[in-house]
Amino acid sequence: MKIHIKNGRLIDPKHGIDGQHDLYIAAGKVVGIGEAPAGFVANQSIDASGLIVCPGLVDLSARLREPGYEYKATLESEMRAAAAGGVTSLVCPPDTEPVLDEPGLVEMLKHRAKQLNLAHVYPLGALTRQLAGAQLTEMSELTEAGCVGFSQADVAITDTLVLWRALQYAATFDFTVWLRPEDPYLAKSGVAHDGEIAARLGLRGIPAAAETLALEIIIRLVRETGARVHVCRLSTAESVSLLRQAKQQGLPISADVAAHYLHLTEFDIGFFDANCHLKPPLRTQRDQQALCAGLADGTIDALCSDHAPVDDDAKLLPFAEAEVGATGLELLLPLAVKWAQDRQLALSTAIASITSRPAAIIGLDAGHLGLGAVADVCVFDPAQYRRIEAKSLISQGKNTPFIGMELPGVVRYTLLQGQLVHQA
Amino acid sequence: MHNPQLNKDGKLKHLLSIEGLPRAILNQILDTAESFTGVSEREVKKVPLLRGKTVCNIFFENSTRTRTTFEIAAKRLSADVLNLNVSTSSQSKGETILDTVDNLTAMHADMFVVRHSQSGAAHLIARHVAPHVHVVNAGDGRHAHPTQGLLDMFTIRRYKPDMHNLRVAIIGDVLHSRVARSEIHALTTLGVPEVRVIAPKTLLPQDVEKLGVQVYHDMRAGLKDVDVVMMLRLQNERMSGSLLPSAQEYFKCFGLTQEKLALAKPDAIVMHPGPMNRGVEIDSAVADGMQSVILPQVTYGIAVRMAVMSILAGSNDA
Repeated sequence: MKIHIKNGRLIDPKHGIDGQHDLYIAAGKVVGIGEAPAGFVANQSIDASGLIVCPGLVDLSARLREPGYEYKATLESEMRAAAAGGVTSLVCPPDTEPVLDEPGLVEMLKHRAKQLNLAHVYPLGALTRQLAGAQLTEMSELTEAGCVGFSQADVAITDTLVLWRALQYAATFDFTVWLRPEDPYLAKSGVAHDGEIAARLGLRGIPAAAETLALEIIIRLVRETGARVHVCRLSTAESVSLLRQAKQQGLPISADVAAHYLHLTEFDIGFFDANCHLKPPLRTQRDQQALCAGLADGTIDALCSDHAPVDDDAKLLPFAEAEVGATGLELLLPLAVKWAQDRQLALSTAIASITSRPAAIIGLDAGHLGLGAVADVCVFDPAQYRRIEAKSLISQGKNTPFIGMELPGVVRYTLLQGQLVHQA
Repeated sequence: MHNPQLNKDGKLKHLLSIEGLPRAILNQILDTAESFTGVSEREVKKVPLLRGKTVCNIFFENSTRTRTTFEIAAKRLSADVLNLNVSTSSQSKGETILDTVDNLTAMHADMFVVRHSQSGAAHLIARHVAPHVHVVNAGDGRHAHPTQGLLDMFTIRRYKPDMHNLRVAIIGDVLHSRVARSEIHALTTLGVPEVRVIAPKTLLPQDVEKLGVQVYHDMRAGLKDVDVVMMLRLQNERMSGSLLPSAQEYFKCFGLTQEKLALAKPDAIVMHPGPMNRGVEIDSAVADGMQSVILPQVTYGIAVRMAVMSILAGSNDA
């Protein structure tokens, strides 16, 4: 299959490309940029006039809910959602049922995903068995089975000695450990930022210190063990400063932020909107500004969707009882584009944060469109706006604070290894 | 943002919290309550305003006093009253709050009076009931207890009619108190110029000053020259642990005694939403003393709840 994507504006941040270039694809690879290779005859041509052609998105956090939570979503529904969102590579956390702590489970997931062939799925293995924070998993075996890193998902390790040893062990093999910094005691039973809105609504607060305290411990342990750590879902301004210092000291640490936190604050909870029940909690405008700035200047490496489809019933409960999470795969690109628009950043900065930069974190040869690269491609209309509505979302999760909002950036074509997997 | 408590004509559709209600509506409720105070003293203690209507008290959390006063208020308005105690613990996993509400709606209830242990439960119900149904929040978690806030305002107005010239102190466990939140919003909305909260830092929400109050940790300084002293209840389970070391120390630092009350204005009134912990947050001598208006609060609670229900029923015509 040979595809010619013509008349589009090609943005490939890794190679510093932003301009009118046609893209030529054959046998699942990029074979020409701007100029067709000799003798190239396309089977299919895609007219991308007025559209942007960029690498397929790499999302560092998407819960696909399989195995175990098929009533919330299935691999197939969520991979279709990924394709519709232009996302071609997904990292999924290990908090499935059973937990991804055995090689067999990881192989099964990879196999199922491969059969569906709608996106590349990269699982994170559990850092400790059952995520219980006591016994290490067989990280080496899990890596062979296909894990790209090790994570505790949303379950903090309370025993600092276990965390220390987990980092030492991972560092032995140069595996990356993914941690969401949150002190389990300070965050206990909390459901909203410990500030004005929690005070008004009578919700239990999670102080910013729950995150910064845990982050300080992580940074200290990275310094002690030399382990490579990726910190997930930052939510506070103070975390951005801590991270900046740690990077200046040359520590092997990277970070991401989820798209919600660039656009929303605690005030968006309004009158108990359960779609805004997220972890970490939405915080203040000052935090939001710092996260936006941190992502723009590269302190924060990547933007992710933190996709977490939740069934309707689980959200139709009082705020604190409603399940945490929001659907996000189909919103990642629009929210990245909106971030660039709002902050007057180059579109290529936004695209880098969801392509080449996250790919670098998982050490993946993806997220770019250099010659010979795998032809994972997203073609979208940056000028078109779409109203986010439950019925038009492909994900089984319809839960998002952005319902009813008009967002820029509509995906027109998604290619996975040179195969069209979505068209709109 | 759309105010879920008002209908498109700005009339009260649900009473969910004091926050967000205009002063005119608070005054309308208080003035209407004034007109109902006489009803309880008549030989025939009924008016026909809610005749043919069904009021359903759904209490997911136990309560005697509040449920009883709502029941009396509804009956004095000639409504049919249905009481449902769904204690949260026995609430089987299968039936959610909204299932319960749907079932009662199917029985043609016109008004729900709801208490629940979770903040936001009344908002959730109000969002899902049929358009003709009214919801009254009788207490949701730590969030709001608007009829308590209103009856407190009614009481203050009776004793201190010039609200624009008052200094009010709210003392105790503000962090966990829906009553305190409703009182604060009611006082600031009605134009009370100085509202103080007095508590140890462990019992105050973060950023509480953004609700428009002045924060005191020294009870003696906080009580100085106040006109109204509003005490809050301290739950047993919070008396010793990581919030407070002991009930004794709490009483010593934040309990209301005659000696401390003497720092307030000589004609200051003392209020408490009940039930009281004598010797923990308030000394018996004060609770039963000359300055206490704790029992009148209970009496006025009926008139205020009658006012709320009659105004809600009246907003149907819009």
